[in-house]
Amino acid sequence: MIRFISLRLFRAALTVLAVMTFAFVVLRMSGDPAQVLLGPDVPQNVIDDFRADWGLDKPLWRQYLAYLGAILTGDFGLSMRGGAPALDLVLERVPATLILTIPALFLKLSIGIPAGIYAALHRDSTIDRGVIVLAILGFTVPSFVMGLVLVLIFSIQLGLLPSGGFGTWLHAILPALTISVGGIGLLARFSRSAMIEVMGQPFIRTASAKGVKWRDVVWGHALPNAAVPIVTIVGFMVGSLIAGAVVVETIFSWPGIGRLLIVSVSNRDLAVVQCILLLIAAVMVCSNLIVDLLYGWLDPRLRAQPAH
Amino acid sequence: MGNLVEIRNLSVSFDGVPVLHSVDLQVAQGEALGLVGESGCGKSVTWLAALGLLPSKATITGSVTLGQTELVNAPRPALENVRGGRIAMIFQDPSSALNPVIQVGRQMTEALKLHRGLRGNAARTEALRLMDLVGIPDAKGRFNLYPHEFSGGQCQRIMIAMALAGEPDLLIADEPTTALDATIQAQILDLLARLREEMRMGLVFISHDLGAVAQVCERVSVMYAGRIVEQGPVAQLFDRPRHPYTRGLFDAIPRLDGPRTLLAPIPGTVPDPYNLPMGCAFSPRCSHAQDFCHKERPELLRQRDGRALACAYPLPEAGAHKTTMEKVTS
Ligand SMILES: Nc1ncnc2c1ncn2[C@@H]1O[C@H](COP(=O)(O)OP(=O)(O)OP(=O)(O)O)[C@@H](O)[C@H]1O
Ligand SMILES: [Mg+2]
Repeated sequence: MIRFISLRLFRAALTVLAVMTFAFVVLRMSGDPAQVLLGPDVPQNVIDDFRADWGLDKPLWRQYLAYLGAILTGDFGLSMRGGAPALDLVLERVPATLILTIPALFLKLSIGIPAGIYAALHRDSTIDRGVIVLAILGFTVPSFVMGLVLVLIFSIQLGLLPSGGFGTWLHAILPALTISVGGIGLLARFSRSAMIEVMGQPFIRTASAKGVKWRDVVWGHALPNAAVPIVTIVGFMVGSLIAGAVVVETIFSWPGIGRLLIVSVSNRDLAVVQCILLLIAAVMVCSNLIVDLLYGWLDPRLRAQPAH
Repeated sequence: MGNLVEIRNLSVSFDGVPVLHSVDLQVAQGEALGLVGESGCGKSVTWLAALGLLPSKATITGSVTLGQTELVNAPRPALENVRGGRIAMIFQDPSSALNPVIQVGRQMTEALKLHRGLRGNAARTEALRLMDLVGIPDAKGRFNLYPHEFSGGQCQRIMIAMALAGEPDLLIADEPTTALDATIQAQILDLLARLREEMRMGLVFISHDLGAVAQVCERVSVMYAGRIVEQGPVAQLFDRPRHPYTRGLFDAIPRLDGPRTLLAPIPGTVPDPYNLPMGCAFSPRCSHAQDFCHKERPELLRQRDGRALACAYPLPEAGAHKTTMEKVTS
């Protein structure tokens, strides 16, 4: 078990390092922050000074080593705009994003999973067909379209909810709904197929043949077996709590991480972008780690086997 | 002795396709009945239907009575009391028939709690006793293991122990040894025969293996394409099969002793339930078939010697096939 966990931790660290390196290289290859920040008509010596100040004149590998060294001491660098610590700028935005994504996650779980299970247990009924259609609709319609449709209905037609901005909890309803729709559809579909698959297994028939009550067959025998694929999807959703709102934050002018990311990328604000990507990678990796541990807990056959 | 279970006129169809055609079958108290026939002839469906274990797309008509209780289309709670409590059923592939994420001990105690109200330590003690009874070595130490930590044969033993937990009057064993290798098969058969004796329990033994049926059962029903075609005491049927299909099944058994002769498998294949042949369903494969057989279906009728037979031109009544019984039971 210890071996298993330390192996997973090692992999997790490696993944984060890979993301950091990739972000570092791509950002520096794809545009010069000095040009972007200072504008086109600035004299060359100003640009040179700026580069010297931010260490951009050094060879890439030295910049990279310096960056890694700084991260290890907890220094995430400064924003090139305004010079505030990048980490502070990023962490400041986290709550705004979580205000959207956590309720959205809750909606996904509490609607998607029960709908999928219900549909599976009433296969081919009208409700089952309805669930399938809605689920497919939910995760195929892109979120910017979904967001616009919701705004059209609830803001423009009905005038019930604000169409954007950050203020009261009313402002959070439409963006949170928009984020959750795709996930609800995805979870409903996965829970349905996982449950259908399990309900067809011989051990379910054994449980029924043994006289177990229908409820207990479903909850006690089937669900624990359907949990592994469902947990996989949920883990992915937890992993995107931070990164999953980029489009929606943009549509609804929501001051979260996603908007900060877009602004910082277009400004080539290196430290901020790197800090955000690092945070996103860390959250993803952590949730993966938790999911891996849950697998072993849920399915004894996966226990203590080395990770594949 | 009275009949424990009476199946009358039982028919099953899936999505409108009939696969079981008014089957009549009785099992007496404590009797061991064999049910044989090629794959797809409806052996499993008969008993799954009786216990209400078929998916909802199955349409079931007819009647299955257990004492005074009608089981066909009975309300779920009534069926749940019967299942495992009065009629238990075990299945072909023991490794996938146990829940992979629940400890075997817990799967045992669940049955004990349902049918005998045992909980906690009492349930554990009884579960251990049953596991001992079916020959699980070191039951105590392995109580909390999961099914994948047991071999196929041990899983089947656990299935049997679980089936015994409700002290059923009847155990339906649906090809309990098919997925196991030969030595383990023999052990499981011995176990079933012994337990039936000790627990005075009826047994329906579904199998392709006629030797196994001869070893365990007193009476045997032969099914073909959703119907019973011949039925009678084991010795009688094995000694003098009269339906050409029954005869064909015997000829397809390898001899264990004597010279190696070519096996004679029945020519052709089982008809598809979507388009059964006119007349007797076996007629296209039958070397004795006459015109009548291709047009009219013979009824299952009681014969002078006590067996039931559905064949217009059966094999002769006496004498002809002396060696069959020896061959099968050796
Ligand atoms: N769930 C189902 N859906 C549709 N058809 C089914 C279903 N279960 C059984 N059948 C059909 O019913 C017929 C009888 O099947 P059954 O399982 O009773 O055969 P069997 O005699 O037990 O064969 P085997 O020896 O292979 O177990 C077959 O034609 C089969 O295809
Ligand atoms: Mg079968």
